[in-house]
Amino acid sequence: MIHLYCLLINKAICILNLHQNYISRYLDMTNRRDFIKISALGLGGAAIATSGYNIGSKLMAAPGDGEKVKGTNLKRYPTYCEVCFWKCAGWTYVDEDNNIVKVIGNDDDPHCNGRLCPRGTGGPGMYNDEDRLKTPLIRVKNENGPDTFREASWDEALDYTAKRLKEVAAEHGPECVALFNHGSGGKYFGTLLKAFGSNNIAAPSFAQCRGPRETAWIATYGEAVGSPEPTDIRDTQCLVLIGSHIGENMHNGQVQEMSDAIDKGATIITVDPRFSTAASKSKYWLPIKPATDLALLLSWINVLIEEELYNKEYVAQHTYGFEMLKEHVKNMTPEWAYGKTTIKPDLIRKTAREMAKAAPAVIVHPGRHVTWYGDDTQRIRAVAILNALLGSWGARGGFYMKETAHLPHETTPPFPTPKRTWRDAYPGQFKLASLALSSGICDATIPSSNRSCSFKAWIVYGTNLPLTLPNMDNTLNAISHLDFMVAIDTMPMEVTGYADVVLPECTYLERYDLIRTSPHREPYIALRMPAVEPKYDSKPGWWIAKQLAEKMGLGDYFPYDDITELLDWQLKEVGSSLEEMQKIGVKKLERTSGPLYFSKGENIEFNTPSGKIELYSNELAGEGFDPMPVFTKHPEPPQGFYRLIYGRAPMHTFSRTANNANLIDLKKENNVWVNPKVAKLWDLKTGQYVWLKNQDGVVSTYPIKVRITERIRWDSVYMVHGFGHSKKELTRAYGRGANDTEMITKVMMDPIMGGTGMRGNFITFLTEKPEEVES
Amino acid sequence: MRYAMAVDTKKCVGCSDCVVACQTENNVPIGFCRDWITETVDGSYPNVEIELRSERCNHCENAPCVRCCPTGASHIVDGGVVLVTHDECIGCGACIQSCPYDARYSHPDGYVDKCTFCMHRVEKGQLPACVAVCPTKCLYFGDLDDPNSDVSNALRNRKYKVLADEAGTNPQIYYLI
Repeated sequence: MIHLYCLLINKAICILNLHQNYISRYLDMTNRRDFIKISALGLGGAAIATSGYNIGSKLMAAPGDGEKVKGTNLKRYPTYCEVCFWKCAGWTYVDEDNNIVKVIGNDDDPHCNGRLCPRGTGGPGMYNDEDRLKTPLIRVKNENGPDTFREASWDEALDYTAKRLKEVAAEHGPECVALFNHGSGGKYFGTLLKAFGSNNIAAPSFAQCRGPRETAWIATYGEAVGSPEPTDIRDTQCLVLIGSHIGENMHNGQVQEMSDAIDKGATIITVDPRFSTAASKSKYWLPIKPATDLALLLSWINVLIEEELYNKEYVAQHTYGFEMLKEHVKNMTPEWAYGKTTIKPDLIRKTAREMAKAAPAVIVHPGRHVTWYGDDTQRIRAVAILNALLGSWGARGGFYMKETAHLPHETTPPFPTPKRTWRDAYPGQFKLASLALSSGICDATIPSSNRSCSFKAWIVYGTNLPLTLPNMDNTLNAISHLDFMVAIDTMPMEVTGYADVVLPECTYLERYDLIRTSPHREPYIALRMPAVEPKYDSKPGWWIAKQLAEKMGLGDYFPYDDITELLDWQLKEVGSSLEEMQKIGVKKLERTSGPLYFSKGENIEFNTPSGKIELYSNELAGEGFDPMPVFTKHPEPPQGFYRLIYGRAPMHTFSRTANNANLIDLKKENNVWVNPKVAKLWDLKTGQYVWLKNQDGVVSTYPIKVRITERIRWDSVYMVHGFGHSKKELTRAYGRGANDTEMITKVMMDPIMGGTGMRGNFITFLTEKPEEVES
Repeated sequence: MRYAMAVDTKKCVGCSDCVVACQTENNVPIGFCRDWITETVDGSYPNVEIELRSERCNHCENAPCVRCCPTGASHIVDGGVVLVTHDECIGCGACIQSCPYDARYSHPDGYVDKCTFCMHRVEKGQLPACVAVCPTKCLYFGDLDDPNSDVSNALRNRKYKVLADEAGTNPQIYYLI
């Protein structure tokens, strides 16, 4: 059967006028925090007054001369991308009328090698978006109707924010203020919050994404994987992907290196219930039954040990607990795993032997979004153990020893010691969480008799929490209990509608930020500088945080008038300067941490209790957890329901790009992938809109298009995350596609580190417009 | 000189970067495109295959669009590149009908537009925008008459196909399979 699926964007026949009549059920919530449509401005709206806080001519005037591009009328300015968090360095090209015409990768940057991904290439769409937040907004309570926003000057909005935060601190203590952040500017608000006396600083990238991986890696190797992952894909001979859909997950450097590996004839093994793009590039695709990956991993470990295919020298020298592991997995044979995973024993053996043949130039990829089933730390522990048996950690073609560029920090007063932290809300729990839990702070915002206090104010920077945290009702319930919330963003997002104050940040193309120092094979630094002045009345994040700090009496923590002073000083300390970086954008510093790989026989001290790679973890055992991973059976979908699997499209980043004109031109809505056998049962047709209903009776606010495809198992459906916006101000994204987060009401909590497993939700189809979503 | 392109379907991930890079490089209006991605799925679960292709004007040697153009706006230049002179185009759409690859569109300004192989870049020694941006490096461009060009090298050691061979257009976009 041949099935054509074209992204012929100029050939789209019609755009359905999507359900303009539906109002999200959250819009008419009758709690004390109504959702405000930003278009409902004007009631009591003040004229925009920008007096007082113009930043002075230095930054806000000309962003600098830029470098003239030969033979064109263009100038270019260095930047690093913020459309996702891989942070590729590039050049912003500006024409003589100060229009941003394109963004092109910086050839010297190892994150992108001169080639941005579609999102980075589509970056101008973020700048040009006419739906952007344009001016500070303050919530107005109306006794006889819903709340509204009124426009405010920066001076007023910042004064008000500072006053409210201080009031919350006076009444409940500064520890009751939390920061949720994602993105470059989060650091400034983190400094502000620490100076204020709270260290409740969380990013959903931990508990909703990478957390189990980092916890598992720390337990095994004594260090986190980090981003970018130190996977030596370009030189690998065997790449094993467990649900990682590189190529759809467009983390640029990894996609590039995977392509290089394909050129060099590397074996790719992909484990996925869906025939992902990566699966289509693989020598072996293991179409696993969802939620059974750990059984497969344990059986691979069994084969390596039973067939004595593991790297004996490496294991003897670098690992702790091998004999216990051997005993642990002795019955976890491929035959044992077959009944769980549906993967045939000979295929399990064959793929284990392929890994061993390539070892140590083999990568069993640690994954990135790994919060699936609540036993995720243990599953990634199995991945870590498998890599140790293959000797790939510290080997060429396995994992390299990354190095991060270190810049000196500005001198500030010491931060006060907070009296309480988020951990006090969870006594005895999640001790191995290395970072704060965004979901944990959200839950601890809802008052409970089990806790003496709860969070009272949130600062939300660049993260659209209702479409990020699982269980949207719970998130909105938490928000309804806040005394105060301030949201800093470039776009009106669902979260900004619930804020008391909304502060518009300018986009990454219009601002300076801190020097990028993310790790790589060599330590690199990259500069982001504005190519144009900020549009509308938006301001850079650093400026917003600094102004707030000054109004809160914490100005000493931002010891500069303009961030360029800090950047120039930091750069000069490492032998560069702002002037130099404005010309080159990216600079390689000297590697000082030693070789990229372990040498044979080298004695390595790992940062674990035993000083070795811990196949057996006394630390986990001590906390009451399995010291070695144990397979647990997870619930399966009931009759007529299908497991909801979600993932990414290469041209979108979560929900933050859904209104970018350049990117929705490539993909304007998500669709739900349905196996043809299932489609036949339900009499579904490709292109038909259906509503989704989950196991808890939650019905999707918006319908989603069916895509019937052989690329998905019959017990699962798949959709791309980040669509189904209910925010009318997002004129292009509003009501397009369904929101997977809305369907994720069941959370399988990882008891080790508090990760929110989100793959245990099951959905069914409603082919008729359901009554309950009409209002 | 004979410009051509090879697309490695074994490396393309269908990310559409070529599409958006072309749009920003060539100021193609939002909602239109000069290149696009096609995905073909074959087989049934779990024996499935996908072919992903970045497609565009095939710069045919025997170009029906050029033959049917009443004004001569569609023409072939040195290197075999098919171009449209916007000023001479009356937007009649005959070329759009005649193209077996559906590679042309009506620009809102009233003329027909399509891929130019980014000749404005190639003349300066640069690669077409789609080739330069592709994260998987699955696009190879160059002169087929030069045995050392990227495209000649790519075609030398691999099996390849062209689209709608039966149309007799002698297309110059090759798909490595």
